[in-house]
Amino acid sequence: MRRPSSFLLAGRRYSPAASLLLAAPFLLLIVVVFLLPLATLLHESLFLPSPGLQHYERALAEPVYLRVMLRTLRIAAQVTALALVLAWPLAWVMSRSKGLGLALLAAAVLLPLWTSVLVRTYAWMVLLQRNGVVNQWLQKLGLTDEPLKLLYTEPAVVLAMAHVLLPFMVLPIYSALKGIPEDYTRAAQMLGASAWASFREVIWPLALPGVTSGCLMVFLLALGFFVTPALIGGPQQMMIATLVSQQVREMLDWSFAGALVGILLAFVLLLTVIFRRAVRLDRFVGQG
Amino acid sequence: MRAAPNPAGRMALNAAAYAVTVFLLLPTLIIIPMSFGPERFLQFPPNGFSMRWYLEYFRDEEWLRATFFSLEAGLISAVGATLVGTLLALALVRGRLPGRGLIELLVVGPVIVPHVALAVAMFLVFEQLRLTGTLLGFAMAHTVLALPFVVFTVLAALYRFDAELERAALSCGAGPVRGFFHVTLPLIAPGVVSAALFAFVISFDEAVVSFFISGLDRKTLPRKMFEDIDYNISPTLAAVATMLTLLTIGALLLGYALKRAMERRAAAAAGEGGDHG
Repeated sequence: MRRPSSFLLAGRRYSPAASLLLAAPFLLLIVVVFLLPLATLLHESLFLPSPGLQHYERALAEPVYLRVMLRTLRIAAQVTALALVLAWPLAWVMSRSKGLGLALLAAAVLLPLWTSVLVRTYAWMVLLQRNGVVNQWLQKLGLTDEPLKLLYTEPAVVLAMAHVLLPFMVLPIYSALKGIPEDYTRAAQMLGASAWASFREVIWPLALPGVTSGCLMVFLLALGFFVTPALIGGPQQMMIATLVSQQVREMLDWSFAGALVGILLAFVLLLTVIFRRAVRLDRFVGQG
Repeated sequence: MRAAPNPAGRMALNAAAYAVTVFLLLPTLIIIPMSFGPERFLQFPPNGFSMRWYLEYFRDEEWLRATFFSLEAGLISAVGATLVGTLLALALVRGRLPGRGLIELLVVGPVIVPHVALAVAMFLVFEQLRLTGTLLGFAMAHTVLALPFVVFTVLAALYRFDAELERAALSCGAGPVRGFFHVTLPLIAPGVVSAALFAFVISFDEAVVSFFISGLDRKTLPRKMFEDIDYNISPTLAAVATMLTLLTIGALLLGYALKRAMERRAAAAAGEGGDHG
């Protein structure tokens, strides 16, 4: 039996008009609250007080700002590398676990993912501050005589950010590894491959899409990260997001902040386009 | 036949994996016992037990106001994002949407664009529209931030069950609206509820946009926490962090129960479909 076509239906699907109607609230919101603000800010950076690229030139030419951008790239790269090293064994063991073991490991990844970034950053401050837990224990155990300066250092920022972003690395690698049948590695080893050779020839190539996806997610998130660098790094370890905030809140220089945002956006969009296929957001929902 | 060789290597991997889970959990969990310490100065292990910092939180009007404001913003954003996102997911799966590629790009936009960029841009526009520090402003901002997660969750729920069921209802004479409310919605309900849960948690925990668009007396809980961390690390924060962590555990358990319910429903629906066809 043929279904009648109507305004709402076109055969077995909603008609284009009905589909647009369903999408209309989304389009309205995304235009007003997402596209319009970004366009306004970028307009500010290109046309105020006069049209031109002077704000962009200033951001890229002055050593103070260039240093912030290089630090941002350096920290993001270190965070990505550290997260990869930490994520691999966890993702591997998760992919070979079942039942309660898997549930416990998954909970260890998902609980931090859904815990407020502020709570986790605060935890690191409590651990690392001058009179913090780490310094208390170092002195109690007689390893140091006086408190070490741990907070407001680059390694502290890298460590805390890697901690906060680690779930974004673990989940895609776990998805990729889960798809590799155990027979593959067993077969490789029965054919005489060493553990290293079976890793290099079998596991790594099959895990690569997950690794790329995880590295890209962590790197992108790290580039624009605000809360953790602002609190753990302080003004000494300023990253681009903290610089944007300072320009807006202290200098009230919207045009320059807009230029910084423009540079950040250009970078993020470029990476997203290059690695388009690695951006798999569906991996982060429906896991809970 | 040789089973997986190299037990030492496997043990090392297991040990490394569990060490990483400790690294993931320890910093957050260590706050919990510390929040019950009696002294103004956080210590581990705490030398005593006291509820002092919890009382301080419940007595402090500013903390409570920020909490209620965050709850309000979270509930409104959850309802808004779930409604708007579910409609869009339906259009994407069941409809013929013109400009589909562009719309899919816009869906991931709020996740790809760094939150600080979006936060500053919203701050600029919201200032001119007098929306900073208002519930409406937060509801709009957080709805947009939560939308990608809602759309993906509902899409997953829609793909999980057989579209033939809805088509069967349509061919039996039900209109598209009745078909949706009587067949589709009940089947994807757990997915929609977990999408709402995601949206609520995203709004409730959102710190970056809140940092910029909060007003002096209308601020969210994360914004209040940010200020407190920045100016004085008081143990009240440890109490707040502990309560938030417990809330997250509760939300995760609820989400897990919803996921199981969805799987059961999809399986049951598939079974029924099989009987008839």
